Amino acid sequence: MAEALPLEITELHKSFGDRRALDGVSLTFAAGEILGLLGPNGAGKTTVVRSVVGRVRPDSGTVRVFGRPPDDPRSKAAVGYVTQEIALYPLLSPAENLEAFGRFQGLRGQPLEKAVGQSLQWTGLAERAKERTERLSGGMKRRLNIAAGTIHGPRLLLLDEPTVGVDPQSRERIYQMIEELRRGGVSLLYTTHYMEEAERLCDRIAIIDHGRIIALGTKEDLVRSTLGAKQTLTIETESPVPPSLREVVERRGGTVSDSTVHFSVTEPAREIPELLAAFRNDGVRIRDLALKTATLEAVFLQLTGRELRE
Amino acid sequence: MIFAVARTHFAKLKRDRAAFVLAFVVPVVFFSVFASIFRGSSSRATTRQISVVVVDEDRSANSARFVEALKREKGLKVVDAKTLPDRKKAPALDATAAESMVRRGDVPLALIVPKGFGATSLQFGPSTGRPALKLLADSADPIAPQVVNGLLQKVAMTSMPDVVARAGIAEFDRWGGGLTPEQRARIEEGIGKLREQSGPSGGGNGSDGEGGTGGGLVSVGVRDVLGEEKANPTVAVFAAGLGVMFLLFSAAGAGGALIEEVESGTLDRILSTRVTMTQLLLGKLFYLSTVAVAQLTVMFLWGELFFGLELHRHVPGFLVMAVVTALSASAFGLVLAALSRTRMQLVALSNLLILVMSALGGSMFPRYLLSESVQKIGLVTLNAWAIDGFMKVFWRDEPLVALLPQVAFLVAAAVVLFSLARRLARRWEAA
Repeated sequence: MAEALPLEITELHKSFGDRRALDGVSLTFAAGEILGLLGPNGAGKTTVVRSVVGRVRPDSGTVRVFGRPPDDPRSKAAVGYVTQEIALYPLLSPAENLEAFGRFQGLRGQPLEKAVGQSLQWTGLAERAKERTERLSGGMKRRLNIAAGTIHGPRLLLLDEPTVGVDPQSRERIYQMIEELRRGGVSLLYTTHYMEEAERLCDRIAIIDHGRIIALGTKEDLVRSTLGAKQTLTIETESPVPPSLREVVERRGGTVSDSTVHFSVTEPAREIPELLAAFRNDGVRIRDLALKTATLEAVFLQLTGRELRE
Repeated sequence: MIFAVARTHFAKLKRDRAAFVLAFVVPVVFFSVFASIFRGSSSRATTRQISVVVVDEDRSANSARFVEALKREKGLKVVDAKTLPDRKKAPALDATAAESMVRRGDVPLALIVPKGFGATSLQFGPSTGRPALKLLADSADPIAPQVVNGLLQKVAMTSMPDVVARAGIAEFDRWGGGLTPEQRARIEEGIGKLREQSGPSGGGNGSDGEGGTGGGLVSVGVRDVLGEEKANPTVAVFAAGLGVMFLLFSAAGAGGALIEEVESGTLDRILSTRVTMTQLLLGKLFYLSTVAVAQLTVMFLWGELFFGLELHRHVPGFLVMAVVTALSASAFGLVLAALSRTRMQLVALSNLLILVMSALGGSMFPRYLLSESVQKIGLVTLNAWAIDGFMKVFWRDEPLVALLPQVAFLVAAAVVLFSLARRLARRWEAA
């Protein structure tokens, strides 16, 4: 019999008082996949994650972790949870924190000792293993926070905004840790409101807004289905665009603001030379030219009508 | 800038409404409790009665009159062979049985009316040679013997004026050159009238008497039946009372770790592991109880080293009481933590409850100073039962089996309080 999927969420509804947090969320994902849950603050990302670890009881709908309900002890053993807050004991050392969370997950003796040692190496905290956690830098605490959720070797890891408030260098280190987990075969549900994280790490992305999944697929799928095959061409001129050229641009579906011109192009190899010729004919000199593939940001804007960080 | 800082704190206080209310309620409630306790003890209706078990070895008419007058004294609650509760009737009430009652803590005092008291009880002048009343005292209550001694002098005067008069006349006859037969006849007539007048209305009117000593109208010998063998009689009383109060404070403070875990998100993470809420609370109960037993041990060891508290002679009893007291105090701390939503609320709530419990339960001042009704209310507190248990161990040298009521109460309290904490903690479980 084939092994059940790491995670199956079906028609999840949850309200807190009058506020509807989840409005029919359904998700499934395959073993070894990183699924990004992308959405603005308050969209319902954390509620989805907390439902998977049994910390939120849905009003309706089901969650199955490897085919079992979240509160089944086997589900708990299979899932790791990295909280958005740095949920550690500040007065304990990194080694003691890891030992504590290892014990909470049922590890004892030699396996626990080994797991603590490996986690300290993995996070790069072996040299500071005996210091108080409160004295570590923000980035170190974030790494330790991830290790506390993975100490027991889960097959499904839920990461709830694991890089919030982290400097770019530490963030890069965290990305490496996550990629190592993926190589180890761990399935990851990764919530974030950072577009570049989702683009870089995730195999598929679910966009959530107002408690609903409004789009799901690979980045390319999302762009294609939302924006089509269009790319954005931006041309900056050395002088303001004259009225004669403005007419040509607008006729081709472009927009002009002062000395910047935007076009949507579907066949760059054919369309760009034609546009450049039109500029040359009007004697307008080009300072800069950029061709950009459509981003998730644009997808999100298209789908929700608002910026991701609102 | 200073006002900006102050303003921020006022705003925080305003947001935490429960803490805001408690900040004002705590002093008012605490003041009211103290005012009620002490107003209660000074009012006539609820005046503290001192229990005395009386053994009349003389069995004369005068001794019977004296005992009856004692019974009418409002400041005393006399227990004698007639009024002894059934369960204590066997063996018959004699001096030994009465002393046992004092040793067990059933009553703070026993009065033995010796043979010959009726014949020569009252006498002016030196007390040598006449039979003295014996007062067997439990000096855990050092005030009771002095109050009762005074009352005995007063009752003797008011209940037996004829005997007093006769004693006075005898002195006059002896030192004044003798009385004529006519004077003797008149005196006898007067004394007869005095005896009639004294009747059943003689005796107390409820006011306290001034304490006399062995040199008063009636000679009274006071013997401390419990403290006489102790290195430092009062230290056990203080150690038990203070120990329990600080254990409650310490458990409430440590229980606050739960609130920190909620605020930091650690609780969320712990409960997403294999640890259940019941296991989490039991783990905390175990930790808090262990620390509490260690705290009591350190305190009592310190008492042994520097204040003559005889811990080494009472180790098993101490351990039993320390464990059950620690368990109940820790469960109480968990209830407070589970009840409070913020640290400020926890501090205010624990101050309120622990100070009131300590006042009523005997940690701040001995419960015997309180009126009987307030003493009864005090029995709902952990302090009262724990102090009683420690007193049985350190003061009365009672065997372990005698601790059964205290152990049963404190264990039951721990179970009930833990169940309550568990129920309150449901709000932290899956939302």
